[in-house]
Amino acid sequence: MLTSGSVTMRLSDTQRLLMPKAAPLSDFGLIMRRLHIDGPLLVALLLICCFGLFVLYSAVGESNRLLMNQVVRLGVAFVAMLIVAQLPPDFLRRWTPWGYFAGLLLLILVLTKGDVGQGARRWLDLGIRFQPSEAMKLGVPMMTAWYLHDRQIPPRLGHLAIIAVMIAVPTLLIAKQPDLGTSLLIAASGVIVIVLAGMSFRLMLGLGVLAVPGAMLLWTFMQDYQKQRVLTLLNPDSDPLGAGYNIIQSKIAIGSGGLFGKGWTNGSQAQLEFLPERDTDFIFAVLGEEFGLFGVLTLLVLYLFVVGRGLYIATQAHDTYSRLLAGSISLTFMVYVFVNTAMVTGLVPVVGVPLPLVSFGGTSMVTLMAGFGILMSIHSHRKLLPH
Amino acid sequence: MSALLSPIKDIHSERRLFIARVVLSIVVSLLLMGTVVARLVQLQVVDHELFAEKSQGNRVRIEPVPPIRGLVFDRKGRVIAQNIPAYQLELIPEQVSDIDDTLNRLAAINLIEFEEIERFKELSRSGPRFKPVTLKFRLSDEEIANFAIQRPRFPGVDFRPRLVRHYPSGTSVAHAVGYVGALSTNDLQRLDSAAYAGTSHTGKTGVESSYESDLHGDAGYRHLVANARGRRVPSGTSELLDTLPDDLTPAPGENVYLSIDLDLQMIATKALEGRRGALVAIDPWTGEILALVSAPSFDPNLFAAGMSTQQYRELRDNPDRPLFNRAVRGTYPPGSTIKPMLALAALETGATNLTRKTLCRGYFQLPGDDHRYRDWKPEGHGPVDLHDAIAQSCDVYFYEISRDVGIDAMHDYLDRFGLGTKTGIDLDSESSGLVPSKEWKRSAFRDRDDQRWYHGETVIASIGQGYMLASPLQLASAAAALATRGQRYRPHIVAAIENALTNESRIIAPERLPDVEISNEFYWSTVVGAMHDVMQGPRGTARAVGTGAPYEMAGKSGTAQVVSIAQDEEYDDAELEERQRDHALFISFAPYDNPRIAVALIVENGESGSGVAAPIARSIMDAYLGFGDDAS
Repeated sequence: MLTSGSVTMRLSDTQRLLMPKAAPLSDFGLIMRRLHIDGPLLVALLLICCFGLFVLYSAVGESNRLLMNQVVRLGVAFVAMLIVAQLPPDFLRRWTPWGYFAGLLLLILVLTKGDVGQGARRWLDLGIRFQPSEAMKLGVPMMTAWYLHDRQIPPRLGHLAIIAVMIAVPTLLIAKQPDLGTSLLIAASGVIVIVLAGMSFRLMLGLGVLAVPGAMLLWTFMQDYQKQRVLTLLNPDSDPLGAGYNIIQSKIAIGSGGLFGKGWTNGSQAQLEFLPERDTDFIFAVLGEEFGLFGVLTLLVLYLFVVGRGLYIATQAHDTYSRLLAGSISLTFMVYVFVNTAMVTGLVPVVGVPLPLVSFGGTSMVTLMAGFGILMSIHSHRKLLPH
Repeated sequence: MSALLSPIKDIHSERRLFIARVVLSIVVSLLLMGTVVARLVQLQVVDHELFAEKSQGNRVRIEPVPPIRGLVFDRKGRVIAQNIPAYQLELIPEQVSDIDDTLNRLAAINLIEFEEIERFKELSRSGPRFKPVTLKFRLSDEEIANFAIQRPRFPGVDFRPRLVRHYPSGTSVAHAVGYVGALSTNDLQRLDSAAYAGTSHTGKTGVESSYESDLHGDAGYRHLVANARGRRVPSGTSELLDTLPDDLTPAPGENVYLSIDLDLQMIATKALEGRRGALVAIDPWTGEILALVSAPSFDPNLFAAGMSTQQYRELRDNPDRPLFNRAVRGTYPPGSTIKPMLALAALETGATNLTRKTLCRGYFQLPGDDHRYRDWKPEGHGPVDLHDAIAQSCDVYFYEISRDVGIDAMHDYLDRFGLGTKTGIDLDSESSGLVPSKEWKRSAFRDRDDQRWYHGETVIASIGQGYMLASPLQLASAAAALATRGQRYRPHIVAAIENALTNESRIIAPERLPDVEISNEFYWSTVVGAMHDVMQGPRGTARAVGTGAPYEMAGKSGTAQVVSIAQDEEYDDAELEERQRDHALFISFAPYDNPRIAVALIVENGESGSGVAAPIARSIMDAYLGFGDDAS
């Protein structure tokens, strides 16, 4: 950090805040800035959540109890976002390695002492029950950004090797739970950091070529149900009542929705339970069935706005750590949206990735909103340098 | 600080590189989301119709609606089989937390039997969890009251109304109309599964079985909205239900009118009460069955409503075999009832003539053989001609002419009267009986010595003993042929079938069979006249029954020796003695001049055809011809 610059910044910042006439910010903008809230991001997130609650109400069979559950979770997640937004990026950066290694420890603990649910060991009960893998969704990009923060950009090969280890260790620990979806997303969040940091295209191409034998190796390590998912994607009709059932039914749901949908709570595929996991991983199909192409595009536009705002924040960030972290959080969110929507429409294999902010469920939402909290923190703690 | 430690860090070029990478990732992101949007357009716009159709096919389920079974009436329109509402006990597996415990407690209050628990557990496991399992088809008022009080203790168990087959005259029509029973696995393999999808019962015996296709009707269907597990979604909850295709109303089964006269059934049932036997009455000019009774009988309602295993075991193991239809399936030595037919055979073949007389001394011997074939009357009938031989039932006369007729001619003529072959009545499981011949014996036995036909066998065949066997139905049909002097009609029990919706009926036309052709009309009048004198002549064997009747009638008694008792049946000594007594048989028709009814019956171990069987035949004819006393 530039010591002299930071002093200058503080002065000018204070001047700006104390001189409303000169500032482009309104009173409202001022309050938001004080609270470290990014208005456009907040509005877009609220719109997504409200739309999501409508879809969810239909997807849980119009159960008020489950809807209230989700409202409470959203509340908790928003509070988490606001708290994280108050933490300055410097503070986050300083604590990043500690958090990362604590996370690794918890992942090892999960594999030895975790609770088993649905054939996987993902949960840890330390007073409160939680999934350590969720914490690593932020831990991995933070750690890679921390490592690159005071190193040469674009990174050298040796640094890349160390980063590869930082990404691979938690990824493999989570894959072992097994939780293929989360481990791939966590790996992606780390890889995004090094791509944004300017890793050379030649290297990427080389790694891409290496990925072929890597994928073959991965195939041999995959669980049977994971292999089945890949095979099912290639030909869902081969097993219409078994593994391919989910994809067939979700395609029917989305396709039968047409342009404007069958109407809220009137999707026969969703309401009559032909659609599996209708309130979690496949909720996008409920949206497609009941609100049609227009409803789906509306949500996608909101998502893209969030991603765009996040990337804008990243370009405005003033240090390497903030920049890389903000870019990774935004693009990882983009990956979530893509993987879920592509999975539900039958473009990629069924990996258990929820539709962010819409699917029923708590843990991932808190992580997600904490990530947006980091974005807000980065944007609102900016030290405005003269260009 | 750290930047100072890494002098090579160029902030501005780093930021430019970062922005370039962000721009690149935006391009990649838009490409990825573009793919998803393209996919959405493909699913929701291009292929929308296809998926809309698939989603419709998913939610709409077709449920069969069983038709209402046709009714059965007697010839005067009185109900023999109907459908009445009854309550059945059902268990819905998904609503019962502990099926074992629930079934045990139901058994403890006697609503089901402990032996059935395993079967119901299996049924609860095999079907969809929301589909009710029927525990009892028909609850009595008492059971309903009993269960209603205890209902809160049995969540998931309830009673539900449905239609149950009911036979108001129960036992007296059981062997004619038969009964329906719960569809078995065998039935399901045999029947059209689509037509029976919603049906619970099917005809098992009697008319219920042989006219099943008319009585059952055609199943309909209704469309309903079902969820992924096939459970029906209640209607009116949303607009999902508004666009269902048209339903098909089931076509009710056709009503069947029997030629049976319920009054005659009652009288015959009462007359045979406490005995084992069977009676068949027939209209000689059409072949319509007027009465068909087998005793002892059973209550067909037990099968329709469901009975306990104990009740069924009692019916099945009863040594008097109430479930056995003696009228159609039972075969007995016909005894002297075949004498009128043999007399015609003897006249036609020239073995005897109208004037030939024989001196009956009470027994007959074949030349060169000491064995005495005894007459039923030890002291003999004295000189008898053909007329006397029938009227007095002289065995010796028939013994004597038997050699000249020969067993093959006997077989030939009895065959023309329908003995030894199935009559083809519209009921299942008819027996063909047996009229022996030389050829039959050759093929029926393995041992060479057994294949030879002996003269002595012809002798005893002439009084309807030996190998000869006939069912009461066959004897009734033969009696009808005697009444019409040779015109024969196939016996049938269904007179008409009526469409339950339009009330249009189609009458089952009499089916004429080849006549029994006798060259000389005098032969008929002699033989039939002799049968008249059996009942109303001065020396007739059944004159005690026929004398003083307000109309003229004809008949022939038979008293047949019981050949043997099956070894697997167990009787105590008193019963054994009773079951070795002779069977009492009788065939008759009336009025003599213009026959309207022919009757044949057997009373097992009844000892005397004229003494025991004939009065029953008379009471049936009285009732049919309008001379019955009101007491019956």
